[in-house]
Amino acid sequence: MKAPLKWLRKYVDINVCPKEFAEAMTMSGSKVEGIEKQGEEVLNVVVGKILTREKHPDADKLQVSMVDVGKEKIQIVTGAQNIEVGDYVPIALDGSSLPGDKKIKKGKLRGVESNGMMCSIQELGYTKYDFPDAEEHGIYILSKNLLTEKYAAGSSDEKELDSKVLGKDIREVLGIDDDIVEFEITPNRPDCLSIVGLAREAAATMGTSFRKPEINVKEAGGNINEQASVEIRDADLCPRYTARLIKNVKIQPSPEWMKESLRAAGIRPINNIVDITNYVMLEMGQPLHAFDFDYLKGRKIIVRRAVEGESIETLDGNMRKLEPGMLVISDAERAVAVAGVMGGGNSEVTENTKSILLESAVFNGTSVRITAKKLGMRTEASSRMEKGLDLNNASNALDRAVQLIAELGAGEVVSGMIDCYPGKVEPRSIKLEYEKINALLGTDVSQEEMIAILRSVEFSVDEATNTVIVPSFREDVEEMADLAEEVARFYGYNNIKPTLLTGKEMTRGIKSFKQRMEESILDTMTANGFSEIYTYSFASPSIFDKINLPLDSELRNAVVVSNPLGTEFSIMRTTTIPDMLTVLSTNYNRRVEEARLFELSRTYSKKAPRKSQIEGKDESALPVEIETLTIGLYGKVDFYDLKGAVESLLAELRVTGYEFIRESENPTFHPGRTAALTINGEKAGVFGEVHPDVLDNFEIGTKAYVAVLEVEKLIGNAGATAQYKHLPKFPAVTRDIAMLVKDEIMVKQIEDIIQQRAGKILEEIKLFDVYKGKQVPEGMKSVAYSIIFRAEDRTLTDEDVNKAMTKILDGLKTGLDAQLREQ
Amino acid sequence: MKEQLNGIQASAEKELATAQSIQELENLRVKYLGKKGELTSVLRGMGALSAEERPVIGQLANEVRVFIESRLDKAVKDLAGKERTLKLKQEIIDITMPGKKANFGRRHPLTQVVDEIKEVFLGMGYQIAEGPEVELDYFNFEAMNIPKNHPSRDVQDTFYIDDNVVLRTHTSPVQARVMKSQNPPIRVICPGRVYRSDEVDATHSPVFHQVEGLVVDKGVTMGDLVGTLQVFAKVLFGENTKIRLRPHHFPFTEPSAEVDVSCWGCGGSGCRICKGEGWVEILGAGMVSPKVLRECGIDPNVYSGFAFGLGVERVAMARFNIDDMRLFTENDVRFLKQF
Repeated sequence: MKAPLKWLRKYVDINVCPKEFAEAMTMSGSKVEGIEKQGEEVLNVVVGKILTREKHPDADKLQVSMVDVGKEKIQIVTGAQNIEVGDYVPIALDGSSLPGDKKIKKGKLRGVESNGMMCSIQELGYTKYDFPDAEEHGIYILSKNLLTEKYAAGSSDEKELDSKVLGKDIREVLGIDDDIVEFEITPNRPDCLSIVGLAREAAATMGTSFRKPEINVKEAGGNINEQASVEIRDADLCPRYTARLIKNVKIQPSPEWMKESLRAAGIRPINNIVDITNYVMLEMGQPLHAFDFDYLKGRKIIVRRAVEGESIETLDGNMRKLEPGMLVISDAERAVAVAGVMGGGNSEVTENTKSILLESAVFNGTSVRITAKKLGMRTEASSRMEKGLDLNNASNALDRAVQLIAELGAGEVVSGMIDCYPGKVEPRSIKLEYEKINALLGTDVSQEEMIAILRSVEFSVDEATNTVIVPSFREDVEEMADLAEEVARFYGYNNIKPTLLTGKEMTRGIKSFKQRMEESILDTMTANGFSEIYTYSFASPSIFDKINLPLDSELRNAVVVSNPLGTEFSIMRTTTIPDMLTVLSTNYNRRVEEARLFELSRTYSKKAPRKSQIEGKDESALPVEIETLTIGLYGKVDFYDLKGAVESLLAELRVTGYEFIRESENPTFHPGRTAALTINGEKAGVFGEVHPDVLDNFEIGTKAYVAVLEVEKLIGNAGATAQYKHLPKFPAVTRDIAMLVKDEIMVKQIEDIIQQRAGKILEEIKLFDVYKGKQVPEGMKSVAYSIIFRAEDRTLTDEDVNKAMTKILDGLKTGLDAQLREQ
Repeated sequence: MKEQLNGIQASAEKELATAQSIQELENLRVKYLGKKGELTSVLRGMGALSAEERPVIGQLANEVRVFIESRLDKAVKDLAGKERTLKLKQEIIDITMPGKKANFGRRHPLTQVVDEIKEVFLGMGYQIAEGPEVELDYFNFEAMNIPKNHPSRDVQDTFYIDDNVVLRTHTSPVQARVMKSQNPPIRVICPGRVYRSDEVDATHSPVFHQVEGLVVDKGVTMGDLVGTLQVFAKVLFGENTKIRLRPHHFPFTEPSAEVDVSCWGCGGSGCRICKGEGWVEILGAGMVSPKVLRECGIDPNVYSGFAFGLGVERVAMARFNIDDMRLFTENDVRFLKQF
């Protein structure tokens, strides 16, 4: 909401500079976003009068004029063709500046001295839409009538006028010298979307007095009720409809003061009737609509819901299909306006309009909001209407408008007002519980002070009963806490003394087991050299193909966003692999040598409905959110770097009972270099080398490795606190063995046998060599282990170890057909 | 014999003084003190002495031995010292060559900010609560006193799944979940991912992170809110940080405030970071609306509470002097390794 200070000052005294004013308003709850200084860039431009006009001796297109600028007469060379002797024009003097950081200096044009520049409206920073009397091209010739009206009290003595206006700052003359304060008004305060409402807040903020506009209507006789009627058929959507009738309408430009105010508030002046409705909307916060009365069939207004198949051409020239349920204003036959949104072309006020029916109504905010949204036309009117308007303001605003119409000679006001008010409500009253207010705020504001604050914003307080009557424009104030806010914002939020929940019951500030385990995951991953990434939870449906997911994969069944920013953000991801690969790709293509990354995030699964976690609230419409640990890496790494990371994670979380099982059918991964992680028989994730096709899809030109692990399954199997085991007291015995086995035998098979056969004295098995090549027959490999034995209670004898070794070697021979090699 | 002994001592002393290596010294030890050494052979001749002479010569011989031994020890020590010094000199290395580092990874800067916030509030007795990101409209809006079709919904451009399911626009729905499942006293913070339909640019992202705080107890005041936020601001932005509350409107708090902290760049005098204002808006806060309390089954006549919420990206950008939000999700390793 733009509030010109001049306009505000009509209703409240502001005795501080604009900056201080803005600061004070912000701190009492009307946030100032900025102050615009009108005409800030127009410096040293004054009114001048053309005294002579001659052709330039050496240039056909230039003219030389003497111009009276008050304290002197100066010569100016101009290329403009539209000036005449006696015209009043804006003159940029030597050393002046214009918008766009344009500096004007005296100089010579084709040898003739020029001491300034005559300005067009564009050069002053405006357009002909702001100043309809300005020519599109050429110098802005100031209206003599305007100057006379403003500076010579209508006197026709030209000498007197010249003495008053020549040399005057153009900003003052055009009324572009105001400070305009831009307020951010929150949706709960539609009353502040008006100059009057802001003036009220300003007065309460600064402790000055607030003057409401004085409204008195000069009626011209007749009786509106005999000439027009209003019927509200859907009172649920229209609690109040007031109307007045204006006859002998004269459409003409508005007076300068009104145009200046509108311009300052960011509205273009059009003609007196349109300007008055806009002026009153800005001043009082109530949107008005003027119908050409002669086009209202049956001289009747009906407020009703639209019917099936109805449509209307709105003022912007668009044909709008109306849905049943949208509220319209109709005459006896057809819709003439979309209620609270926009009028219809069929009853538009034009230059030829003779009679006007002026509407000031309140429609249901939600209904207006839905209608405006569906029709895609939010207007100044609808955005006010949808926040809920003051029912009692409708008739005042209407009277204010017809007062201006009469005063400005725009028409004659027929006596009487139509006022259909089916939604009249009693004013709200709230008990003033000042102890409770102080208790909520942690303050010690006296009762008197509270009452004074509330009265300053027009709440009435009955001290005998301690009752507050809430003004009708403050729908948002419903109970004690709302009164507390009123008190607090004028008492000063920053006068509230800080305290720290003293004397309250202690609460435990601890992390849950799950949260501690998540910390462990972060620690382990970073300690292993992996950096954490964050990626979007949205995805594009094309990602599934990019990772080779089969068409029938359940991961393709994703939660779909109904109003996404674009297809690439249109589903909630069911897998984090594409995002990890995208990040690896970004880094790879930026020539980052190595990346070791992980992400702790969620995927969103529709596989099973979410279980309700709050009594009485069905959450089955929500997906299950699966916390996922994704690991990704490329560089001087291989499968076993990734496996090592997974293993150290399992060790850190003290997960036992896990196994790695070859996964050769996962189309995202390399068929021979991929493993599933199972914990106690349940699959908890998959990891491996990314399939070369998938790498190609992501434009990664090197091998990359990815793991996806379900965090809940890791944490669910995390072990308890470590329990100390005695350090060994007796020495260990180490035996190395090497064997030839068939290539396809996995070391896990060898280790399982050693494990089974070695008995209780086995302490550790260490794989130290796997070799294929020279001296090893084709299809075979050499595998070497250190086997470490130890007993808890004695020093092992050779015999103990030999016995175990014999069993192991037998097992390997018979189980795997292993050939022992000499050590 | 006496002269002989004195002669040994003198020559030993002389030779020891000029010995250049441990080996030379060892040779001298053998020469003088060894089994076939000079001193030993002199002593061997002691049997020929008279009973009076024997103890005198014996004592002298002993003195000579002690003398040689002690000189020898000292010489060995000196020489070893010299050799060590020489060795140390030879072992000089170029200490400007690179160190061998363990290659640690880094927590994401957003995690680091959330960690810090968590730490502040855990220390003040808060627990950490979580909730779903795909959320019921009821928890995200209605329980937060934002009915369907209310103008407040415009402030938060919402992604909808369907009429009743949204991507949560703030972490506030976790408040409702906590209040509905737990009795006061409640002190929680709720960090999490939230969604608003903003196009991606340097300062906007459709996915971002918030931390919500909620306290409900008997007799909680707005003063408690101010005090708590003050502690928080000082921990996060430095001991000299001041906070300022401006009245504002949130449907779920009453009274409501926007909270500024004094600019960490200039301390309040005005700079680029605060756009000359001296203050930077950092969070929204207020006393929990009685409507929200009632909706969540808590009697506002008995309990009161406060809530606050802040944007993690905003704090992280401020803290680490990051000028483009897109860096957070781009995940360039050279970016991640800086924090």
